[in-house]
Amino acid sequence: MKTELLNVKHLKQHFPIKGGFLGRIVNHVKAVDDISFTIYEGETVSIVGESGCGKSTTGRAIMRLDEPTSGEIIFEGSNLLALNKRQMNKKRKDLQIIFQDPYASLNPRQTAGEILEEAMEIQNVVPKSKRRHRVIELLETVGLAAYQADRYPHEFSGGQRQRIGIARALSVNPKLIICDEAVSALDVSIQAQVLNLLKRLQREFKLTYLFISHDLGVVRHISDRIIVMYVGRIVEVADKTSLFEHPQHPYTRALLSAIPVLDPDRKKERIILKGDVPSPIDPPPGCVFHTRCPYATDRCKEEIPQLRTAEGAAGGHQAACHYMEEIQNGSMERAYS
Amino acid sequence: MNEILPETRGTSFAPSTNRHGRWRSFYNRLSKNKAALVGGYLVVLCVITAIIGPYLTQYDPAKVDYSIRLLKPSAEHWFGTDHNGRDIFTRIIHGMPLTLSVGFFSVLVGAVFGIILGVFSGYYGGKWDAVIMRVVDVMLAFPGILLALAIVSVLGKSLVMVVIAVGIFSVPTFARIVRGSTLAVRKLEYIDAMRALGASDRRIIFKHILPNISSPIIVQATLRIAIAILTASGLSFLGLGAQPPTPEWGAMLNDGRNYMQEHPHIALIPGIAIVVVVLAFNLFGDGLRDALDPKANK
Repeated sequence: MKTELLNVKHLKQHFPIKGGFLGRIVNHVKAVDDISFTIYEGETVSIVGESGCGKSTTGRAIMRLDEPTSGEIIFEGSNLLALNKRQMNKKRKDLQIIFQDPYASLNPRQTAGEILEEAMEIQNVVPKSKRRHRVIELLETVGLAAYQADRYPHEFSGGQRQRIGIARALSVNPKLIICDEAVSALDVSIQAQVLNLLKRLQREFKLTYLFISHDLGVVRHISDRIIVMYVGRIVEVADKTSLFEHPQHPYTRALLSAIPVLDPDRKKERIILKGDVPSPIDPPPGCVFHTRCPYATDRCKEEIPQLRTAEGAAGGHQAACHYMEEIQNGSMERAYS
Repeated sequence: MNEILPETRGTSFAPSTNRHGRWRSFYNRLSKNKAALVGGYLVVLCVITAIIGPYLTQYDPAKVDYSIRLLKPSAEHWFGTDHNGRDIFTRIIHGMPLTLSVGFFSVLVGAVFGIILGVFSGYYGGKWDAVIMRVVDVMLAFPGILLALAIVSVLGKSLVMVVIAVGIFSVPTFARIVRGSTLAVRKLEYIDAMRALGASDRRIIFKHILPNISSPIIVQATLRIAIAILTASGLSFLGLGAQPPTPEWGAMLNDGRNYMQEHPHIALIPGIAIVVVVLAFNLFGDGLRDALDPKANK
C-alpha cells in the first residue's frame, strides 16, 4: 500500500507588494492560491506550468525557504509549518532541494569537497573523521571522480556542477528531494544524463521526488504523476499516462497540444489560446482560466471549480473544470479555435 | 561576485589550481592596467619606507637647529630644511608611517562598523534596514571633511581623534556598499541551498556571504585609504590633527605656508608626498576594481 510522505493542504503564498512613500502594503501577488496535493513514498510527482504559475514558489514554500501565508505542509505526519526554527532545521535533513542554475547554486569560494563536508557538518550526519571518505563516495555516486573533490566550482562544467548540487542534496540522506527546474539550464544531452542519474539514485536510495519543470518532455520521462498549475492553482492532477492520453482540463489540452509530434502524417490539433496569462496580483474570479478558455461560460466567471474526477476518467485523475464531461463528449462548442 | 573568470573557464582538464595560481592570475589581470601596477608598486614602496625608513635617516625629525634653517635642497639635506632647521627629508620619512597608519586605521574603523551595519541591513532587511539606511543617507549628505571637523572639534585635537573622525565618516560608504553586495549575494541559490540544509544565519553570513562580497570591500578600502589620508592631512593642516612637532605632512604643509614666497619647497615637498601617496592608493584601487571584477575585464 502506498504511504503518504508529503501532504500539502490549502497552501497559500501571497507576497505583499509595497508601494507609496511609507512602504505600505498595497496589494498581494497571489503566487500560490490554495493548492492541495499528496506525494506518496517512492514516487516522482511533477509540477508543470508556465513561468509565473507558482510551481517554484510551491517548492520553496514546502522547504520553508519562503514562509507560506497559510496552509499546512504535513511531512511524515507532522506539520512543518508548526515547527519552530530549530526543529525545522533538524527536519531539513529529510527534505532537500536541487536548484535550477548550476552556476549560482554553488559557493564559488568552496571546493566541491568543502561544499559536501559542510552539508554533513550542518546536519551532523557523518562523524568528522569519516566525512572525507563519504565525500569521495558521494562524488562517485553522482558520476564524478575522487580527484575532483579539491576543485572549485568554476573548474566544472554546468552538468558537473549540477551533479555536485545533487551530491550535496544526497549528503544528508534525505527522503524527499525537490528538483526545482533541475535540468532546465542544461544542454539536452546533459539533461538526459542528469535525469537518468536522478532515476538511478531514486532506485538506489528509495528517494521521493517533487519535480518542478516547464518542460513536458522531461516531465514525461521522469514522472509517475503530474500536477498541472495555472496562475497559482492546480488545474489537473493525474497519472502520467492518463494525463498525456486523456487530458481533461482545457488548459492541459492546450498545453499538451504544444508538444511537437515527430510523425508528419499524424493529424495534430494545435490549440492556440487567445490572450495572455492573467496577472497573479489580480487573478480573475471564478475559474482562473476563463479569460482564455474557448469553452468558458458565465458559470466559469463566478464559480471556482473544485478538483474532481470526471465521469469515465481514470481513478486519481482529477481536474478543476465545470464542463469536463461535456468537453469530452463533444457537446460543447468552442467560442474560438 | 561570481568567480567565473575568463582565464579559468573551461580548464576542467588542467590540474587543480591552488592559491598560488589564483594570485598569479590576479597579478596578470592587474598588470594589464599599467597605471594600477605603478600604483601598486608605489603602495608597496610606501609601506617599506614606512617600516624601515625611520631607521635609515641620519637626522632627528624633531631636532631644532636655527643655524641651518630654511636651507635649499642640497646633497646634505635632500629636501632642504624648514624654518626650524629640521631636515625635511627626515620628516617626510618619519611622517610616512604616521600617514599610512592614519589611513589604515581610520579605514579599519570605518570598514568594521560599515560591514556590521551593511550585512545586518542587507541580510535581515525590514525595519532595521530602513532605519540604518536613513541614518546612512543623512551621514552621506554631510561633506566628509565637515563631518570630520565637527567630530574632531567635539572629541579634541589629536591624531587618534582624527583616526576616529575619519573612521566614522567612512562608515556610511562601507555600509552602503556592503548592504548592496549582501542583497545581491543573499538572493543567490547557494545561500538558499545553505538555508535548505538548515545552516544558521551566523554560518551563512561568515562562511558564505562575507567571502563573496570581499572584492568590493577590498576595493573600497583601498580607495578609502586615499580619502582618509587626504582628510587627515587636511585636518592637521587646519591644526586639528597632529600637534607640533609631529612630522605629519598636513601639519608640515601648514608650517611651510608662511614661507611660500621665498622658500616654496617647505610646503611643496609635503604636498607632493601627500599627492604621491594618495595617487598611489587611487590608482591601485581602480586597478583592483578592474582586476577583481570578472565582468569588467573581458
